[in-house]
Amino acid sequence: MSTNIALPSLTIESIRDGLRRKEFSATELAQAALAFAEKENSKTNAFLTFSQERALRSAARVDDDIARGLDLPPLAGVPLAVKDVIVTRGLRTTCASRILEHYVPPYDATAVVRLEAEGAVIIGKTNCDEFAMGSSNENSAFGPVRNPKALDRVPGGSSGGSAAAVAQGTAVLSLGSDTGGSIRQPASFCGVVGVTPTYGRVSRFGLVAFASSLDHIGPFARTVEDAATVLKIIAGRDELDSTSAFAPVDDYHAAMKHPVEGLKIGLPKEYFEGLGSETGSVIGRAIEQLKKLGCVVREISLPHTKYALSCYYIVATAEASSNLARYDGVRYSSRTDGSTLIDVYRKTRGHGFGAEVKRRIMLGTYVLSAGYYDAYYRKAQQVRNLIARDFTNAFAEVDAIVAPVSPFTAFKIGEKVDDPLAMYLSDVYTLTGDLSGVPCMSVPCGESAEGLPIGLQIFARHFDESTMFRLAYNYERSVKS
Amino acid sequence: MKLTDEQVRAVADLANLELSDQELRRMSNDLAQILTHMDQLNELDTSAVEPMAQVLYDADETATLREDVPRASLSNEEALANAPQQGAGYFKVPKVIER
Repeated sequence: MSTNIALPSLTIESIRDGLRRKEFSATELAQAALAFAEKENSKTNAFLTFSQERALRSAARVDDDIARGLDLPPLAGVPLAVKDVIVTRGLRTTCASRILEHYVPPYDATAVVRLEAEGAVIIGKTNCDEFAMGSSNENSAFGPVRNPKALDRVPGGSSGGSAAAVAQGTAVLSLGSDTGGSIRQPASFCGVVGVTPTYGRVSRFGLVAFASSLDHIGPFARTVEDAATVLKIIAGRDELDSTSAFAPVDDYHAAMKHPVEGLKIGLPKEYFEGLGSETGSVIGRAIEQLKKLGCVVREISLPHTKYALSCYYIVATAEASSNLARYDGVRYSSRTDGSTLIDVYRKTRGHGFGAEVKRRIMLGTYVLSAGYYDAYYRKAQQVRNLIARDFTNAFAEVDAIVAPVSPFTAFKIGEKVDDPLAMYLSDVYTLTGDLSGVPCMSVPCGESAEGLPIGLQIFARHFDESTMFRLAYNYERSVKS
Repeated sequence: MKLTDEQVRAVADLANLELSDQELRRMSNDLAQILTHMDQLNELDTSAVEPMAQVLYDADETATLREDVPRASLSNEEALANAPQQGAGYFKVPKVIER
């Protein structure tokens, strides 16, 4: 019996070994993870809901398998946290919004079903920006998340709680969602691995819709290998999401172990202009390391990058204004009374949504409204095509693209809340991945002088997560040893 | 660019969103600032560019159609479980039709 499980250093493999050697049971691990997560929560506010019952049920199944001498599934006993925009049957799912404060979904997201089927133990639902709209986790109706590496700073957003949970060690894995950078930017700010797969690689069934043509589910982990294990399980066609892709899922683990010698890497010059000097030099050292590993590095151009911000905030808000129309006080738990039906709609939404969500609904409604549709929405869709073509052209020349994730490190809580445009600019290097649909990730590559983590962003061709993981894995290994 | 209070109110009406006077003023400023930034897209000549609504991949035309086999769906009870107000197996709302 061990009550001293070193949670922050666990990996999928070390948990497997621990269970096999009976150093701890799955139930003991789940209890330890829950107790640790609840204790840490007073510092970071990473979790909105703990799922003790469900966790102990899952853990008991694993212990039962062990007792009966069965083969263990790949995620047996692994503590998992799930962003609170991904629905869980019977487990409150709030989207960090007052409007869904008491919503209990009647079904599970496909990604959740697949992970639990492989033995994962869900310990709770993580805090995030309301409806995943934000870059700092300050837009949660239930208070901001604090960065475990520096408690006076933001963890990034919108999947701030999922990144923080993995960084502080309360969860070994977590699920986030990425629409404009919401996995990679918090991964970078918290010093963990975060993956945004190819659009359609992972089923969106059960992901509460923000901007359907941009939304992705993806994993956070402390190692590239663990992130790849999660993606391998959740990737693949799902009948319940017609946009989920038929493309076969590669054996990422076999692929990532190949060396990267001769791999052609592009550095998009637009991502290095206006970069903070500290971030710039850390990224520069990472690039030198890739050269040492034998990568062939050259400068490239993604010429429409500077239009991504405008393009994104038109497309994403337009889709959001439509997707969020369903929260009208009729079906989803909250209602503010009114004398007429329209009055109920307006009051429920006026009371239930926070400032940023309202701002985006207004912006999206405006750009879709009569007289502005062509000038804004259609124009943005055309520019989106140009941004996607930039990547197609670049990938005719190189195998992967490497860039910073964010122009700066985690900023102070409150620093940017009063300036929406400045906040939007923190996504400036991540938006293009979502707009074009290519897979991309953040892998930790160093720290600022103050000890704030910095992430390296890797983009690859559609469905070529293998090359992305291969580069990340080789890099990670070379700097760890 | 500037937005009048009436313009902002009209958009809020379209979005079924009740805004306080204070929110309305803040919204006018924020939207104007963001929309001004977005005007930079007009630097680009996109007359020959197709709009991109979705990331698309090659697949058979009927690939996304599944077999037409009946299967269990949510029960009436489950579907109504989150309703703020329900009755007789339906979602209830204030009276819509005046006599």
